[in-house]
Amino acid sequence: MTAQPTSPQFKQNATRALADAQLQRALGNVRQGFIEKRAAVAAKLPEFEALRDSARDIKNHALEHLDIYLESYEKKVTEAGGHVHWARDAREAREAILAICRKAGAKTVTKGKSMISEEIGLNAALEDASITPVETDLGEYIIQLRNEMPSHIIAPAVHLNATQVESDFRRVHNHLDAARDLSEPVQLLGEARAVLRERFLAADVGITGANFLIAETGTSVIVTNEGNGDLTQILPRVHIVIASIEKVVPTLDDAAQILRVLARSATGQEMSVYTTFSTGPRRPEDADGPDEYHVVILDNGRSSMLGTAFQDMLRCIRCGACMNHCPVYHAVGGHAYGWVYPGPMGAVLTPSLIGVDKAGHLPNASTFCGRCESVCPVRIPLPKLMRHWREREFERHLSPATVRSGLAFWGFFARRPALYRLATRVAMAGLGWLGRDKGKFASLPLAGNWTDYRDFPAPQGGTFQSQWKQRRQGAAK
Amino acid sequence: MAETGTPNAARPAERPSRPRVGLFVTCLVDLMRPSIGFAAVKLLEQAGCIVEVPEQTCCGQPAYNSGDRETTRAIALRTIAAFEGYDYVVAPSGSCAGMIRAHYHELFADDPNLARRADELSSRTYELLNFLVDVLNFDDFGAEFDGEVTYHDSCSGLRELGIKAQPRRLLAGVKGLKLVEMAENEVCCGFGGTFAVKYGEISNSIVEKKTANVSASGAGTLLAGDLGCLMNMAGKLSREGKPVQVRHIAEVLAGMTDTPPIAAAPPKGRG
Repeated sequence: MTAQPTSPQFKQNATRALADAQLQRALGNVRQGFIEKRAAVAAKLPEFEALRDSARDIKNHALEHLDIYLESYEKKVTEAGGHVHWARDAREAREAILAICRKAGAKTVTKGKSMISEEIGLNAALEDASITPVETDLGEYIIQLRNEMPSHIIAPAVHLNATQVESDFRRVHNHLDAARDLSEPVQLLGEARAVLRERFLAADVGITGANFLIAETGTSVIVTNEGNGDLTQILPRVHIVIASIEKVVPTLDDAAQILRVLARSATGQEMSVYTTFSTGPRRPEDADGPDEYHVVILDNGRSSMLGTAFQDMLRCIRCGACMNHCPVYHAVGGHAYGWVYPGPMGAVLTPSLIGVDKAGHLPNASTFCGRCESVCPVRIPLPKLMRHWREREFERHLSPATVRSGLAFWGFFARRPALYRLATRVAMAGLGWLGRDKGKFASLPLAGNWTDYRDFPAPQGGTFQSQWKQRRQGAAK
Repeated sequence: MAETGTPNAARPAERPSRPRVGLFVTCLVDLMRPSIGFAAVKLLEQAGCIVEVPEQTCCGQPAYNSGDRETTRAIALRTIAAFEGYDYVVAPSGSCAGMIRAHYHELFADDPNLARRADELSSRTYELLNFLVDVLNFDDFGAEFDGEVTYHDSCSGLRELGIKAQPRRLLAGVKGLKLVEMAENEVCCGFGGTFAVKYGEISNSIVEKKTANVSASGAGTLLAGDLGCLMNMAGKLSREGKPVQVRHIAEVLAGMTDTPPIAAAPPKGRG
């Protein structure tokens, strides 16, 4: 089973995150590094905006004809000697993967980075079947040691500092010399590399995600920076790709186009260090490769987004730019969102996958500043989709009663201009009189969520419309 | 500007010599700080407009962003009716002008007649600075201001309406004023309408970063074009005891800085 979502406790999660000084220091890195690097690399490419349009159009086309491209992808995989397994939900995906692992007699499984693996709770399922999963992406390896979820879709351990990683390595790698020096990040990297190298060689099955599935060739594509993905999929006897249905694109050219915006949007690189294409198992003339090649394709609620306003969300290529630019993510980090996908993309996707009754806070916890949409490489209208969720909540009476009654009160007057003018004139005159000495209120009834943190500026007293009317009448006399 | 990808600020095809402008004062300015409305009137009149103020309430954004479409539509219909017949509708807020320009159409997408009326209003509606610079091409108000100011780019104006250069061009024409840009001036202040009270603690964390950037700029005055953001930032600066004066940019451009800044006490011995 996937870890129980804590999204319903978003507010408590946020409170804890805001009080965590270590986390707040780590989040400072997101605020600086990712944003500056992306801006610099985008500025260097004159056709970047046109490429974003093109990436959007390619994904839209693929989604409009998803059935055709998935079937043609399956046909090509089969022709290349691979196997496609369709999974309607997380359970079916886990079962398909476990069956392949059992048949291969697997004891150790190495894993490249995959959010779908998190979504289906794969590691727990493997452990329950007495198969040892080993995360090989450095960030994923670190959080596996800590028994945590990723806090970011491309930088899973971004919530941690080097000193925390050092203490985890000392705790887990206890066969190594306790007096060794791990004070520099490069030493941590060296140690992880040495430990993981043995695991790569011991693995029976390698599991990777996919950034693209290419329909015309039956190819899966991963982009990585550490080389761990290649070792994961080439060394073991069996390679399993896990991907969700919306990863399919029609052609190699389409994948190449989207690759031009993917790394730039994600890490600010022009290309990731490795871009790896895999088609089928090892052929007789190949130097290396697995004996078996499987692709598990997951739906898990996505097909029911097709044909709705939320279809746009299925364009997402998981670059993480939206969360890198999100002031709410910068404040609370990824774990506060309480499930697999954080930030603006998570705020739209999570309610689709686990239900808006559980994830209702997520699309509400946004200022609608729009910066996510402004950097999204496939131009997903994220604020608009979050607003759609708010509308569904309102229709289903899931919004908090205080919000509903406050809104009804305001709406009553806002629809009745004459009454509004009268009521506001009286109210503002009163409030202005009360605040006339200090120009602000340090506390106000019913406004504690404001005045606990900030002063509330006092109104000047009297509304603009009443003063305007007086002036005009004065001028007319 | 790779980050925004939004269209440039809107420009009209032609304009009358003395345009008749309906001022959409916005509910926050109407209720909290009428002086911004009077500053906007002064600027528009200086630029050659005839300004009128029809009876009005709110653009509907609080209901819209809370998911209450029916209330939003009812309020929007009121606004559409109130502003029929003006050459232009101008608001001293990127957020409210953005609501009308970028969102009214979608509210009535299922009703072609209403959608046409919404589009008709949208096409005549402008944020104040956008209107002065891009429609009227007027930037000489003869204002003076002694001191350093920093400018916060409010999100809706920046990303929905492409407002970035206009305030800077207008401030460059104010004698004695020196603009000092703060770090992260395009980052949200954490207001977000009802967000500021629904998620007060997160809003606070965001505005703390903003006031730190304001302070670090060294400027004695903070300006922006949206009262919601200004109230949030002023309220935080005041709570932190930071002596930064906070005003709407229209007050400075109109030379109307005799009123106390936002969240500041009036001078002693008055009133």
